[in-house]
Amino acid sequence: MSVDAKTVRRIAHLARIAVADEDVAPLQGELNAILAFVEQLNAVDVDGVEPMTSVTPMIMKKRVDAVTEGGRAGDIVANAPETEDGYFLVPKVVE
Amino acid sequence: MTALNELTLAEARDGLTTKQFSAREIAQAHIDALEKARVLNAYLVETPDRALKMADVSDAKIAKGEARPLEGLPLGIKDLFCTQGVHTTAGSKILEGFEPHYESNVSTQLWRDGAVMLGKLNLDEFAMGSSNETSAYGNVISPWRRNGSDAALVPGGSSGGSSAAVAAHLCLGATATDTGGSIRQPAAFTGTVGIKPTYGRCSRWGIVAYASSLDQAGPIARTTRDCAILLGSMAGHDPRDTTSVDLPVPDFEAAVARGVKGLTIGIPKEYRVDGMPAEIQKLWDQGAEWLRAAGATIKEISLPHTQYALPAYYIVAPAEASSNLARYDGVRYGLRVPGKDIAGMYENTRAAGFGPEVRRRIMIGTYVLSAGYYDAYYVRAQKIRTLIKRDFEQAYAAGVDAILTPATPSAAFGIGEKASADPVEMYLNDVFTVTVNMAGLPGISVPAGLDAQGLPLGLQLIGRPFDEETLFAASQVIEDAAGRTRLPKAWWA
Repeated sequence: MSVDAKTVRRIAHLARIAVADEDVAPLQGELNAILAFVEQLNAVDVDGVEPMTSVTPMIMKKRVDAVTEGGRAGDIVANAPETEDGYFLVPKVVE
Repeated sequence: MTALNELTLAEARDGLTTKQFSAREIAQAHIDALEKARVLNAYLVETPDRALKMADVSDAKIAKGEARPLEGLPLGIKDLFCTQGVHTTAGSKILEGFEPHYESNVSTQLWRDGAVMLGKLNLDEFAMGSSNETSAYGNVISPWRRNGSDAALVPGGSSGGSSAAVAAHLCLGATATDTGGSIRQPAAFTGTVGIKPTYGRCSRWGIVAYASSLDQAGPIARTTRDCAILLGSMAGHDPRDTTSVDLPVPDFEAAVARGVKGLTIGIPKEYRVDGMPAEIQKLWDQGAEWLRAAGATIKEISLPHTQYALPAYYIVAPAEASSNLARYDGVRYGLRVPGKDIAGMYENTRAAGFGPEVRRRIMIGTYVLSAGYYDAYYVRAQKIRTLIKRDFEQAYAAGVDAILTPATPSAAFGIGEKASADPVEMYLNDVFTVTVNMAGLPGISVPAGLDAQGLPLGLQLIGRPFDEETLFAASQVIEDAAGRTRLPKAWWA
């Protein structure tokens, strides 16, 4: 499988990365090189093979349903580009 | 007397406890060395004041006879580990200015055990690379050069700052991380020892995530013993990482002297790849011979799905990365670039903040996870991962204790030498290491000699799950037989 220019633009939008017009063709070439490389996986017979979900056999740990931490709003927003009163500020979403 | 920064970590520990020098003296020796070595660009942040303060605490502890396991030993920290109050970038512009308000679990345990922090080490952006050339903060220059040449070489990647700093005596040891070979390949390129422990051995809490089902932390140091000492402090259960395993941490250092008598070492025939340089084949044969001479049985084995590990990795890792890196949206950390609306702000921020390799991997990951392609790519790759793991399980079930392979398909290459339009050329560096991540196994890279141009070459040992001890034992046998690889001279100082 390979991607065309239109698909490159669609993936970029899904990934929320702006791509300049002049970057589309080179990106298309790079992505197709990777897709051509992974093509060889189609030669493997995977009938009846379970897809891996956990590399080490283990039971999912569950922690106690209790408040273990909190009251750190200041720490959490400390690295944000824009904040107000302990909230993250984003551009207007609803008109 | 050897300069304090040129001691091994174990020698420094002994010198400190017997009061031959102070923690402040060894910290200062390193601070002086790294100031002179800035041309290597190994450190992104230097923390000399913090180092001296920590060293003073160590000297007080030693004086009171209360020395902890790593008391006063100066280390470098890969800039993928969050360090409280110290700039943490993951080598990316998108995290510029990020100062975590928390400390990673692994580094917390190092400070708990008395280690001293020298600073943060350069790396490929979000650990995506094999040469440290994708860092937004410039290349790391390897301290190694080819005989009679002053061409700048890569230190490997993604832990290129860690490998270069350890090789150039700018720290006694360093933290690193390995998703497809990022500890073992740079260790091989710089004549240092690096171990990727079993998945789950070290907590991933507070480490910037790349591909969560593959990422593991581990040390790079100048000897097998030094790696064993560091891993003993880095490993251990952490309830904040649900994949961290609740198993006791063995005495890794005690395992170093065990030897390999009676062990069976597997030689996988599929690692004899087309075009492998004769020097690598010779080194591999020599490594097997050293282990045999020390009492091990050498046995040829087959790992039939080896060739599929790298292509499957380039589906699984980008898929996980595309989802992990969705958090860099200009809202919570670092960079924000305005746009015409909120989606425009996301798109502009991510376009400005991510470099080309990261963008490429996010886009491949987005594509293979998108509607209509998920089964053909992602599910198929995860099935192949099951087969890769099964290959190893069958070898171990047949009585193999560890597996010996080359660490890399070549010695270090020059900066810019692999900058072609085909990204796959760079990816092939990880062909021998990536299988280990796909199967969640431990792997160690140990220097085994120099090539005809005077550059280090490494061998890799792969172990059973949670049997790092056998790897340390076998690695020490190779280290003893090969002799320690030493940097010829400090051309930068």
